[in-house]
Amino acid sequence: MPPVKRVRKMAASWRSVLKKIDDYRWEIPKSYKAGMRVPGLIFASEAMLDNIWEEKAAEQVANVAFLPGIVNHSLAMPDIHWGYGFAIGGVAGTRVQDGVVSPGGVGFDINCGVRLLRTNLTESDVRPKLEQLVNQLFINVPSGVGSTGRLKVSEKELDEIMVKGSRWAVEKGLGDPDDIPVTEASGCITGADPDKVSKKAKQRGIPQLGTLGSGNHFLEVGMVDEIYDRNAARVMGITEIKQVVVLIHTGSRGFGHQICTDYVAMLGRAVKKYVIELPDRQLACAPVLSQEGEDYMAAMAGAANYAWTNRQCIAHWTRESFMKVFGKSRRELGLEQVYDVAHNIAKIEQHTVEGRQHTLCVHRKGATRAFPANHPEVPAIYREIGQPVLIPGDMGRCSYVAVGTETAMKETFGSACHGAGRVQSRGAAKRNLRGVDIAKQLAERGIIVKAGSMSSLAEEASEAYKDVSDVVDVAQQAGISLKILKSVPMGVVKG
Amino acid sequence: MKKEFEILNHTADIGIIAYGSDMKEAFANASKGMFSLITELDDVEEIEHRDIELTAPDLESLLVAWLNELIYLFDVDNILLKRFEIKQLSETQMKARAYGEKVDASRHKLKLGIKATTYHMLKIEKNNGSKVQVIFDI
Repeated sequence: MPPVKRVRKMAASWRSVLKKIDDYRWEIPKSYKAGMRVPGLIFASEAMLDNIWEEKAAEQVANVAFLPGIVNHSLAMPDIHWGYGFAIGGVAGTRVQDGVVSPGGVGFDINCGVRLLRTNLTESDVRPKLEQLVNQLFINVPSGVGSTGRLKVSEKELDEIMVKGSRWAVEKGLGDPDDIPVTEASGCITGADPDKVSKKAKQRGIPQLGTLGSGNHFLEVGMVDEIYDRNAARVMGITEIKQVVVLIHTGSRGFGHQICTDYVAMLGRAVKKYVIELPDRQLACAPVLSQEGEDYMAAMAGAANYAWTNRQCIAHWTRESFMKVFGKSRRELGLEQVYDVAHNIAKIEQHTVEGRQHTLCVHRKGATRAFPANHPEVPAIYREIGQPVLIPGDMGRCSYVAVGTETAMKETFGSACHGAGRVQSRGAAKRNLRGVDIAKQLAERGIIVKAGSMSSLAEEASEAYKDVSDVVDVAQQAGISLKILKSVPMGVVKG
Repeated sequence: MKKEFEILNHTADIGIIAYGSDMKEAFANASKGMFSLITELDDVEEIEHRDIELTAPDLESLLVAWLNELIYLFDVDNILLKRFEIKQLSETQMKARAYGEKVDASRHKLKLGIKATTYHMLKIEKNNGSKVQVIFDI
């Protein structure tokens, strides 16, 4: 008899595996892979599934279902694409009591997220000064590979930042106290312990505070293009088409990357110690209530708070740039913060699953929290409309603001999509767009782009991404988020 | 000349496949490949060196730890490294010296920021020479 093949071949098509629940919900049955503790559930349109299957992102959803203590489903948002351990767009809730936390469910860029500011300016106010504004932003907000910040913080200050989050920046005069309540978790999750963060992480974190970074991070001046829900938009201070807004997308920089690196190594050892069976090393994890799990949560909280401080500082310099270019005060410009959300994070939350209340560690990796109206964690001013969900697209298309729903609360631990998701590798994007001047192409459409490395712009071109509108529409049809408005870019600063 | 490394394109990120007559050379070429993603190595002079000693539970973790150590050095020390002497290498520990220089914005073009080395699709092969494959999160 020939030896039994141990390597299981992936089915050629999703059609023989995925069970259609409805047009936007696709289940991976528990029987798909021995070891899955719960089924997988992918929010997607049928048209998206070929791609998701081919790049093995669905396989990753199945792998996450191995995590001890996971409840309900291993979930994937409509922007799902391949990631490390968890797919990007992956959401998993594990019981705190007997479940695990996995750094792979948060990602290397801990608390990568988005902040939205509004202005009372309109396109016609900004267009004549757009180039000057983008240049000013490029000067005021350090960006690009190897960039260092304008802030010179000591190790002691870094420890304070880890514990205080956004509030640290506001106390230093970098921002407004009004920004705090309209930041997820008020810009600070509790439990951060600087002693659980390595010297190396601190060394990487100190010089990079207040920097945008590189890759897909950006600072975008945009204008409102469509409003779908006038009332909710008004609550967010957005009342008209062509009103100018600012999106800031960045995270915890080298600080978070090093913390993730350190803890993937540490929890790789914990997996052996606690005898946890995993199909992928990158899913390294430890019980939430073990020493290793608690240490990771304490370090991750420090990185999350650093990221909120980072976006707080960048928002402040963004305001300064507007004030300089337009010669007006912040109040005159109406430069208020609409909201700030994390899309790479693990948080301890209360959820009802199959009629039972659970304290869960909710991992959102490339997924945005999307709590409904009346949830106590939604800021008072948004209590009646639901939590704003910020969904940026690529630099050539558009971005959305949505709100969370009861359906999200019931089905996805209050989570929705976070962006577009890549469809092309950087190399392929560069090859396909060889000789194409992306900046010039965008300029012809009225979009000014300034990047540290103009040659790497092709890697971030629209062609490399899914259309965010398709992603947001799936979330809308499935009912996990509701569109409020759409914005389009005018000026973009890239790393 | 024998191929030292090649670039592996992946949807969201990028990786390296490195070759060597032995594992030491494959490790050295993997790090060289990684720095070739960060900058043009031809522009980098060998002015300084760094000595690195690492231990890890197994060879795969050691490769990840080695590349992560270099990412850390680049981030904190702003040093671009181009030549790597792997002096000792076992399944669980290594000693190496890396040569390069500090970033000089007037001469060096920084192309790509690397967040970390991952275990995804990580491969280490030892037959007819050595071959390693890694993917970076960028």
